[in-house]
Amino acid sequence: MTSDTLEARRSGRTYAFPMSRIVIFVIAVAILALVPAGATALHMPSVTGFATQVLIYAIAAMSLNLILGYGGMVTFGHAAFFGVGGYVLGILYQHSAQRSAFLALVPGTDNLAVALLAAVLIGAATAAVIGSLSLRTRGVPFIMITLAFAQMLFFLFVSLKTYGGDDGLMMRRRDVVPFVDARDDISYYLICLTLAVGWLVLTWCLVRSRFGAVLSGLRQNERRMMAIGIAPYRYRLVAFVIAGAGAALAGALMANYLRFVSPDMMHWTKSGELMMMVILGGAGTLFGPILGAAAMLALETALAAYTENWQFYLGIILLAVVMTTRGGLSALLDRASGR
Amino acid sequence: MTSPMLELRGVCKRFGGLTATDDVSLAISPGELHAIIGPNGAGKTTLLNQVAGELRHDAGAILLDGHEIGTLPPWERVGRGLARTFQITQLLPDETVLDNVTLAVQVQRGHSFRFFADARSDPDAHAQATQFLQDVGLAASASVRVADLAHGERKQLELAVALATRPSLLLLDEPMAGLSFVESQHMVALLRRLKGRVTMVLVEHDMDAVFALADRISVLVYGRVMATGSSDDVRANPAVRTAYLGEDGD
Ligand SMILES: Nc1ncnc2c1ncn2[C@@H]1O[C@H](COP(=O)(O)OP(=O)(O)OP(=O)(O)O)[C@@H](O)[C@H]1O
Ligand SMILES: [Mg+2]
Repeated sequence: MTSDTLEARRSGRTYAFPMSRIVIFVIAVAILALVPAGATALHMPSVTGFATQVLIYAIAAMSLNLILGYGGMVTFGHAAFFGVGGYVLGILYQHSAQRSAFLALVPGTDNLAVALLAAVLIGAATAAVIGSLSLRTRGVPFIMITLAFAQMLFFLFVSLKTYGGDDGLMMRRRDVVPFVDARDDISYYLICLTLAVGWLVLTWCLVRSRFGAVLSGLRQNERRMMAIGIAPYRYRLVAFVIAGAGAALAGALMANYLRFVSPDMMHWTKSGELMMMVILGGAGTLFGPILGAAAMLALETALAAYTENWQFYLGIILLAVVMTTRGGLSALLDRASGR
Repeated sequence: MTSPMLELRGVCKRFGGLTATDDVSLAISPGELHAIIGPNGAGKTTLLNQVAGELRHDAGAILLDGHEIGTLPPWERVGRGLARTFQITQLLPDETVLDNVTLAVQVQRGHSFRFFADARSDPDAHAQATQFLQDVGLAASASVRVADLAHGERKQLELAVALATRPSLLLLDEPMAGLSFVESQHMVALLRRLKGRVTMVLVEHDMDAVFALADRISVLVYGRVMATGSSDDVRANPAVRTAYLGEDGD
């Protein structure tokens, strides 16, 4: 290959990640790490809590973005995995508090690391089951089947009286981890920040890997991918499982943060909310879902303070942003910074 | 005579009441360039789609190098050495020309459950892909996004991507369609260079190209093979002249 074409290629890379971006990224993470200190200094402790929720939703939205934005799989049931993750943590906590065992077999735990790991694994397993069935369809049937599975799980947990049924499950205290006071709001914020950055880096690796190239190829043209020898189903399923694991991680973090989990976490409106975060921020972009999560939560909070009908106004604002920015907030930022 | 590279035995495909391919039998030897001609709607693309596996035939058998492949999904047929180009180009519009070919090179080298290494820092795959682009005359456009590519260049890229899978049997669905005179001259020269190395099935309306390239020609009309033979046989066949060549006016 000539150096000429190499040069041209560098400038044409779609997933380019030049030095300037890495610097911006490191600065952004540093600023985020200082949020709790700033909030304390300014006597606005609620900011830390708000930022914690943004980070958790960012993980959920990033996980959805992998399949929706990069993979082109329009699922309307992603909150199912969010809720499953929440329930894994909640159920483990309850058994630990009651000194009982799940199905009289699995002892509970209030160790955050163990609970998160269990949530990720069970989220992945749930996604494997739902994905292996729903990914046999495409388009509208796929939307409907993922929605149906999420609703099935929703009603399953509504009917599970042992774990609170309709009312959900309250936890008296947050989970603990060795060496860190995870019950402290600031420490918990930093744990969430670490995991969100971790998930971002994982996503970044995935989308630029060969797996990511195949996934995005399948979004662009499935016939082409089959014609070069790709079996679409397997690749989509693996992506779906990874996304399910990410949403479950976020769900467990949220349940632990709120010390509460209920079937509402897997309601279809929650799936819609995650979807809006992705689209608002910019589907198929690395940072879009994070921007989208922050913007959605900020809008919800601000509008809810002014009016009871905040959802109506939220809808109008979302429509306006999506229709005027072509590519969501991250495209807007890119254009503003002249890229 | 060696066993055929591609053998079709009584291949039928019906769309409702329409028989798109009707009892098609063909045997194409290794290294042969076999052209399939016929009027619009004759079933040429439908036939290629059945060989490639996008469509399942209703009856008959499809053998690649002596092995039945008719029940395999398209990607497994690719694994057995089959590649195709599309009449209406099927490419990855958001990717560059080079990335379209590189992806095919990488897939050909093994499964793509590789999650961490950067797919784009693969100098070996890039070198191979660049070579394929040079072969089809597209090297200068390597960094152009496919969405910004002209029609003729897309046709060339289709061929580069197909070649990147290193096929032993190549199905070409109207590679000259829509090309300028110069571009199609180039394409003919390119296919001539490939001749003998790769077995090819060429569906094409450009008769000059067909007569220049084909070892044998089959004429498909209403889904049936009306005649198979050398260029001269086909040109001389009166039924073909009235059914097809006459209509075309040249
Ligand atoms: N998926 C389909 N469903 C129903 N009918 C189809 C389908 N695909 C093709 N046909 C019909 O089958 C017949 C053969 O179509 P085909 O595309 O194979 O023709 P062709 O020989 O490739 O024509 P052309 O030279 O125009 O490309 C046409 O009448 C077409 O309308
Ligand atoms: Mg056709």
